[in-house]
Amino acid sequence: MKSYPISIKPFGERAVLVEWPDEVSESILADILDFMDAFKELKIPDWEMSVAYNSLTMVYNRDHIDFEETKHMILECHKKQAQSKTERVQHLWTLPICYDLEFGMDIEEAAKTLNISVEELIKQHTSHQYVVFGIGFLPGFMYLGGLPSSLEIPRRAEPRLKVQKGSVGLASKQTGIYPQDSPGGWNIIGNCPVDLFDPSKENPCFVKVGDKIQFESISKAEYELHKIEGEVGIYEPEKVVLNA
Amino acid sequence: MLKVLKPGLYLSIQDLGRFGHRDIGVPIAGAMDVESMKKANLLLENDENDAVLEMTMTGPTLQFNTDTYISLSGAHIVATLNNEPIDNYTVIKVAKGDILSYGRLEKGFRGYLAVKGGFQSKKLLNSRSQFYPVTQSARLKDGDEIPYTETKNYEPKISEVKIEEHFERNRLKVYKGPEFSLLSDAQLTEIFAKPFTVAKENNRMAYQLSELIAGHSHSMLTSGTLPGTIQLTPAGRMIILMKDGQTTGGYPRILQLSEASISVLAQKKYGDELLFKLV
Repeated sequence: MKSYPISIKPFGERAVLVEWPDEVSESILADILDFMDAFKELKIPDWEMSVAYNSLTMVYNRDHIDFEETKHMILECHKKQAQSKTERVQHLWTLPICYDLEFGMDIEEAAKTLNISVEELIKQHTSHQYVVFGIGFLPGFMYLGGLPSSLEIPRRAEPRLKVQKGSVGLASKQTGIYPQDSPGGWNIIGNCPVDLFDPSKENPCFVKVGDKIQFESISKAEYELHKIEGEVGIYEPEKVVLNA
Repeated sequence: MLKVLKPGLYLSIQDLGRFGHRDIGVPIAGAMDVESMKKANLLLENDENDAVLEMTMTGPTLQFNTDTYISLSGAHIVATLNNEPIDNYTVIKVAKGDILSYGRLEKGFRGYLAVKGGFQSKKLLNSRSQFYPVTQSARLKDGDEIPYTETKNYEPKISEVKIEEHFERNRLKVYKGPEFSLLSDAQLTEIFAKPFTVAKENNRMAYQLSELIAGHSHSMLTSGTLPGTIQLTPAGRMIILMKDGQTTGGYPRILQLSEASISVLAQKKYGDELLFKLV
C-alpha cells in the first residue's frame, strides 16, 4: 500500500488536524486508516480521532497539548505505520431502500432532470458500492463516495424544514441517508428503514469509516416489515467481510 | 427528585460533555460556560463533571422533593427560594418542598444550578448531557423530574466565594484555524480591527455574527470541526460552533476560539459586542 505525505496543523489548544493530499480517494482513505491503527497501537489514552475524506482530526481529551511535541509524535508514527500494519476488518453492508413515491417525493422530478426513467434511476443507485469516507454532520450520517456521475443533480433550490428520518437523498456528487429528522436540501428519492444511529446500543453506529454500502430496492411491505423488526430489535443488516 | 414547574426559555441537564464519539458524529455537548459550571460544583465539593442544570436567559421554576444543598453560578438572574432572595456563589440549604424561582436577567446569558452530589439522570454514552438524539430530548419541559440524592447536615468548607466574572470581558482569544491562510489582508483587517455583534441566530449549536466580512469562493472537502471553530461562509458570514455543534463541516475554518473564550461567548446574547484577539 502506498503511503502519502501528510501535513499537520494546530487546531486550538488540544487538537491537531492531519491532512493527506486533497482528493477523494480510497487509497488515501486506506492510508489514513493505517495511520489510525498504528497510532492506536501506541496505546495513549484519551486521544480521539475522526476521519473525513482526506483529513484526520485528533483531539486530546485529557489536556492542552504542545503542538511541536505532538507533531513529532505523529510524524514518527506515520513513518513506522508501514511496518506495524495490522489487518483491518471492513464490511460491505446492504441497506434496504424503499423508493416508493410515498417516501421518495423527489424521485420523479430527479429522474426527469437526469433524463432517465425512475426505474433506471433506482437501478443505477442500487448497482454501485459506496465508500464511507466519514461520519458526521448528524450522529450516524455517512459521507458516501462513488456516486455515478449520471446521478449528479444539484440540491433543491429551497431546503425543506423537515426531512424525515431515513430519507435517502441525492445532491451533486453525494448520496446519503438522514439518520434523524432534520432540515435538508437534498432531493429525496426513498427511505431506509434501518436505524443508523441507536444510542441504546453499545455500538450506536454499526457502520465504520472505510466500510462500503450497497443499496437494495425493497417494496413497501418489506419496508414495513424491516421497520417492525427494527423496533423489536431483531433486524440485522446484511453484511459481508470485504478484505477476508 | 427535582420537579420542573416551568422550564424558562431553555433548560437542560449538562455535565462536562460526551467524549470519544466524534467518529460517529456525536458532538461533545456539555455546559456552554464550563468556567461557571465548574465553580458551582466546586462550592458543593462535587466532582467537576457532576451534572448541573443550565438555563438560558430566563430561569425556571423548580421544586425540590428532597433535602439538599445547592449553588448557583453564571449569569446573574434574580433568584428566590420560597420568595426569599438568594445569591450566586453561595451554598444554600434546601428543604423538601422548597421552590426555587427566577426573575430578571441582570448580567450574562446562561446560569447554572448545581445540587450536592450532582443530578443523577441516566448516563448515555458515558455522559448525562442532554443532546438529541442521544438523549430523548434536548431540554427539560414542564413536569420533568430529575433525580438527586438526599443530603442533610452538610457543612460546606467554603460557604461563599467572591468571583471575578470572566464573562464581563468582550475580548475573545482566537488561534489560527486550519484555513487561516486563505484570509486576505483586507479580511484580516475586517476581523481584527473592529467589533462584531452577536446575531439573533445563537444557540447551543452555533453563534452567528451580524456583520459580514468580504466573502470567498473557496470550496473544500468536508473536514473536522470543534467547539469554538469559526467558519466563514462564501457570503462572508462568520459562524462560531459551540458545544452542540456538528463534528464536521465544509466551510473554511479560519479561526479557533480558546476554550476560556468559549465560556465568555456562552454568556453573550443577541446584540452583544465582541472583539477578536489573535494569539
